Amino acid sequence: MDSYGLLIDFSACIGCKACMKACKEANNLPGDPGDHLSYSDYTVVKQQGDVFYRQMCMHCLTPTCVSVCPVGAMAKSPEGAITYDGSKCFGCRYCMVACPFSIPKYEWNKAVPVVRKCILCYSRIKEGKEPACAWVCPMGATRFGKRDRLLEIAHTRIARWPDRYIDHVFGEQEVGGTSVLMISPIAFSDIGMRNTLPNEPLPNLTWTILRKIPNIVITGGIVVGGVWWVINRRMELEKENSNGKEGKVEK
Amino acid sequence: MGRKGKLKNKLFLFLPISLMALLGLFLTFKRFYYGLGSVTNLSDAFPWGLWVGFDVVCGVALAAGGFILTAIVYLFNAERYKPVLRPAILTAFLGYILVAVGLLFDLGKPWNIWHPMVMYNPHSVMFEVAWCVILYLSVLALEFGSIVAEALKWKKVVNIFHAVAVPLVLTGVLLSTLHQSSLGSLFLIVPQKLHPLWYSSLLPLHFFLSAVAVGFATVILESYTSSKFLKRGLELDLLVDLGRFLWFALVVHLTVRWQDLFVSGALANYRPGSLEAIAFNLEMALLIGAVVLLTIRRTHRSKLGLFFAAMFALFGVIVNRLNVSIVGMLSDTQSGYFPAFSEIIITAFLAMMGFVAFFTCVHFLPIFPQEDHNAKAELKVQLSA
Repeated sequence: MDSYGLLIDFSACIGCKACMKACKEANNLPGDPGDHLSYSDYTVVKQQGDVFYRQMCMHCLTPTCVSVCPVGAMAKSPEGAITYDGSKCFGCRYCMVACPFSIPKYEWNKAVPVVRKCILCYSRIKEGKEPACAWVCPMGATRFGKRDRLLEIAHTRIARWPDRYIDHVFGEQEVGGTSVLMISPIAFSDIGMRNTLPNEPLPNLTWTILRKIPNIVITGGIVVGGVWWVINRRMELEKENSNGKEGKVEK
Repeated sequence: MGRKGKLKNKLFLFLPISLMALLGLFLTFKRFYYGLGSVTNLSDAFPWGLWVGFDVVCGVALAAGGFILTAIVYLFNAERYKPVLRPAILTAFLGYILVAVGLLFDLGKPWNIWHPMVMYNPHSVMFEVAWCVILYLSVLALEFGSIVAEALKWKKVVNIFHAVAVPLVLTGVLLSTLHQSSLGSLFLIVPQKLHPLWYSSLLPLHFFLSAVAVGFATVILESYTSSKFLKRGLELDLLVDLGRFLWFALVVHLTVRWQDLFVSGALANYRPGSLEAIAFNLEMALLIGAVVLLTIRRTHRSKLGLFFAAMFALFGVIVNRLNVSIVGMLSDTQSGYFPAFSEIIITAFLAMMGFVAFFTCVHFLPIFPQEDHNAKAELKVQLSA
């Protein structure tokens, strides 16, 4: 796997919120940095005890939002970013319902609304730059790089300072793995991350059903059509017998 | 007296209907000018509310009578049920139009509603849902079109419809099967968000089986309405038979559902007194109540008993759909969603338009069989032969 990702080390975060401001600038988001994810805040830094942590799109390797979008407005780029094309979107908001991290946000008060979420500064990546949040972080708490390499770093840090981290790289396995990886001094369930997420990608749950549709249509068509034919044929024969006529009786 | 009484009746209906229409139009303007947030309680935490949960998910279930009855009459050749075929087709057609209109309200950018037809993503259940709505609405439009053609005495068109009736109905049945179940599949993707009392890998099956039950319930109710209208519904023994089908469909649904609940261990999440438990109890009480009414010989064999059994089944399934799409999603999202007043009004406005359209169609089209219209009856015989 050669895609990019982010490694966010909560033990290194000092809560300066430079990433939030940089994110706003890079994505032209209105207003001052808020305290929760919204259409104008793609990332937030929050505090739990004396630990600062960050919320943002995890950029899943097998993304649920991409799989549920009926018009393909969401897409996973080869670089790892999940991008969004508002011109395709028709606003069903299934991505918001389905996302295991509840990341996509909506412009509820616009006549022409779109979904808003972090796109890993895709245009910056294309230009060979880092996402704004990683680029601006003074502590290196958010680090940009190839996912494989970041995973190595994460495990090395946990192994070297076992008392500083809990032994879990969030995003290594969750829902099939995510491009954004997190390591933390406190349990992820304490900072609002679900600990019930399966390692299996969620899109498999619907695909196991959807892939059966052609079979259902063909088998169902033959069975129901067959039943009709049998019943109809019988009735025709009955009519023929009772009429005592030859030839086809029109149904 | 009759005439004056009618006029009074009309006024009595006209005022609330026009008031509702004005309010509905105003809120429609507000919704499209100021956005979804201005008329709904939807939020980032709770992006699907009453319009998806009721207008779309329940709406489709309530239209199930159409595919059940066309299958019975055309595919299984049980012509005894013909008197309620057309009301069922009309209900299904109007139901699906309302689903589509409901979607236009709910979608953020409804003018892009055609996008799924050109932008493919077969991995999305919503993609399947969109296609099912489009295709089945077309099938229903054709089935309904045959009634209109008959009213206009377009013999040729009627004959064409007659020739393609069976494949058309077969297509409709398959599409309905897919669509009813796909609304359950929509929620397969949220194992963490939907309460375990409703989340199940068998959701599509549950939705399909309960839709079949609703189908029979609607047909019984259709017949009850038609007997009110024209004093000529189905005879009691036919209704009793339909009641038997309904009983069977409900028992199958409940058996599969409870077997699933036990096997998955979901009942361990039943917390007496919680909102989920109350909603679950209500759903089960209604469905089991319908089964009980249909099991007791005396109620099963009375029109009123059948009416109530059908109502119980109908509302049981409505509660189920609302539980899956709204109640079951509340505790995880902690959003405390409850539909806004204007959300409810728009839903009521759409439902009212549906009723107005239904009675208008009944007035102008040969929906309920009438004996005094000989010409129509003749054509009908040709059509149905």
